[in-house]
Amino acid sequence: MRSLDKVFAIVWKDLLTEVRTRELVVGMLVFAMLTIVTFNFSFDLTGIERAPSGAGALWVAFIFASLLGLGRAVALERDRGSFDGLLLVPVDRGMIYLGKLLGNVIFIAVVQLVTVPVFGALFDLPVYQPALFLILLLGTLGIAGLGTLFSVMAASTRAREVMLPVLLFPVALPVVISTVRATTLVLTDQMEDLVQWVNLLAAFDAIFLTIAFLVFDRVVED
Amino acid sequence: MTAPDESAAFSQDDATVRIAGHELTKRYERRSVLRKLNLQLDAGESVVLFGPNGAGKTTLLRVLSTLTRPQHGTLQINGLDSDSDGIRIRGQIGVLAHQPYVYDSLTARENLQFFGRMFDVPDLKRRIEYVLAEVELLERADDQVGTFSRGMLQRIALARAILHQPSILLFDEPDTGLDVASVRVLERILAEHCAAGGTLLMTTHDLDFGLRAASRVLVMARGRIELDHPACGVDRAQIESMMGAPGA
Amino acid sequence: MSPGGRFGNSSTGPALAVGAGLTMIIALYMMFLYAPTDSVQGPVQRVFYLHLPMAWIAYLAFFIVFVASIAYLVTRSRRWDQLARSSAEVGLVFTTLVIITGSLWGRPIWGTFWEWDARLTTTLILWFIYLGYFMIRSYIPDQERSMRYAAIIGIIGFIDVPIIHMSVRWWRTLHPEPIVTQSGGPAMPDSMIYTMGVALLAMTLFFASLVYQKLLVEQARDELSDYQVVESDRQADAAERVTA
Repeated sequence: MRSLDKVFAIVWKDLLTEVRTRELVVGMLVFAMLTIVTFNFSFDLTGIERAPSGAGALWVAFIFASLLGLGRAVALERDRGSFDGLLLVPVDRGMIYLGKLLGNVIFIAVVQLVTVPVFGALFDLPVYQPALFLILLLGTLGIAGLGTLFSVMAASTRAREVMLPVLLFPVALPVVISTVRATTLVLTDQMEDLVQWVNLLAAFDAIFLTIAFLVFDRVVED
Repeated sequence: MTAPDESAAFSQDDATVRIAGHELTKRYERRSVLRKLNLQLDAGESVVLFGPNGAGKTTLLRVLSTLTRPQHGTLQINGLDSDSDGIRIRGQIGVLAHQPYVYDSLTARENLQFFGRMFDVPDLKRRIEYVLAEVELLERADDQVGTFSRGMLQRIALARAILHQPSILLFDEPDTGLDVASVRVLERILAEHCAAGGTLLMTTHDLDFGLRAASRVLVMARGRIELDHPACGVDRAQIESMMGAPGA
Repeated sequence: MSPGGRFGNSSTGPALAVGAGLTMIIALYMMFLYAPTDSVQGPVQRVFYLHLPMAWIAYLAFFIVFVASIAYLVTRSRRWDQLARSSAEVGLVFTTLVIITGSLWGRPIWGTFWEWDARLTTTLILWFIYLGYFMIRSYIPDQERSMRYAAIIGIIGFIDVPIIHMSVRWWRTLHPEPIVTQSGGPAMPDSMIYTMGVALLAMTLFFASLVYQKLLVEQARDELSDYQVVESDRQADAAERVTA
């Protein structure tokens, strides 16, 4: 399908740019690592109760790193005026949203791929479980799904760094609750209640990614 | 160095109105930028738009490019309504704006590959080579665009604008800040476009450049078209005095 | 018609205000004198007759914002945005009051000012969504864009509210926590139910009256903005004529 090819073209372009400049992922990665290490000194991440606190610390790290990455990804595109270049393309603007979303998800995933093993090693938690990867994916889709939309909106405001978290945190709360709870369950091997959190995440993602796809046109129009 | 002539002639239907803008109105914050502006371009016309700063030229071009929606008024391009058929319109126009809309970390070739994919350009590889030759950037094709000078940036932007062979070109001050060689490239491409029957609307501050390239002159001030005259026989002094007038 | 000319014409405003005032007086009488004192919670429980209707209004207001936001995006008509921003502003005030009265009620009952149960938490998050709604409006200079973006927040926020409620509730029930509050205790006597009904009606009329007044203000504000544009155009034309 031609539209899908354009989505992949956008992703290719963003990945290629990132590989050459390394402006996003490195900053996000350092931020995530520092957050986790700092959390260790705020909460007791070494005791028996370290799974729930650790899950919380992990997702706070990912969310903050995502905020950083989302904000800068939009700034990069806008500063060279190249966002208008994308808007001149004969494609449904929802496809531009999908392309940007996919790129953001990949960047966050790269950060997670490095952070999670480090986290597991530092706090002696069993992180190599398929269920955890599913939660990471669904949670990232939720954060990035709304974050991609809100970051473009925030970029038009006079207080763009503040605007993105103010918009994202309340609305993405179900993602935060679900991912932290689900991660805790996985890390403490209590899989029975996992299904409903996963369902909630999946439903959240489906609903809000669809909404974002539909309204993106109205966001980027001038 | 010229590549084989690929410039396809655009279909010449004498009754075809390429651009039809009716009572275009745009307001930003507390100012009217476009005030019930009417505009019509027929197929094959090449029009230069002059006007002082703040007259609304850039906003008008943004409206015509479908980048900006007017609050009131209608716009048809190639018979397509800008509200409902924006996607198809964008495939038929080539736009050059103040910013080059290219990506610094990608090479010239990669930039064109990207936009070629986005514009569904057929036989893309060959078309890229042709266009790079046209803008005289073949030697720097594999250099990252971030290293380009202003003139080269404009040339790669030009390449992007004509890559998909649009029948309508909308250029906003394409000559500003360009070196002589780049202006030469620009003029050649404009001439080829018009010779093939393409339509052009261009703004510029350079009277000579504008009058050379165009067959019709428009002067805009404070959101309205104040002068509409064939280029031949237009009163230069009058244009200059209108350009000197305060814009806002 | 000059801005402000409409204020004297319609009878809707005064009618709503009078209706709201009357029912509110009746409701207050019933709240404090007619309804019996709750056997479990004591006189403090009477705050509930204010707290619950306010909560209902806070969510009703946001629902109106939701509908008006969709209507604005579809029709691009400014009138829908006027309704949305009016309802949102009143709704934000009511949400604040819900949280405050909830805290005041909670202190004697639970011993703390706050409990992270689903209803209170969701209302708090709703407050933050309202905040985001107004922040995005005020931080975007272009009026048309700010209306569009606010509408999107209104739509996304409202759809999110039930999901937030659900996720917080699951978080509470699946997580060992001290038992949360129970409202009302054993079956409420009829007099309490009547009081609540009247309070709900009074609060709704009060809300409608406030939104209506706010709507008039917003309409006038937009008209004034239009006049400013017309005026600045006129001045620019006049200046041009002088220099020409």
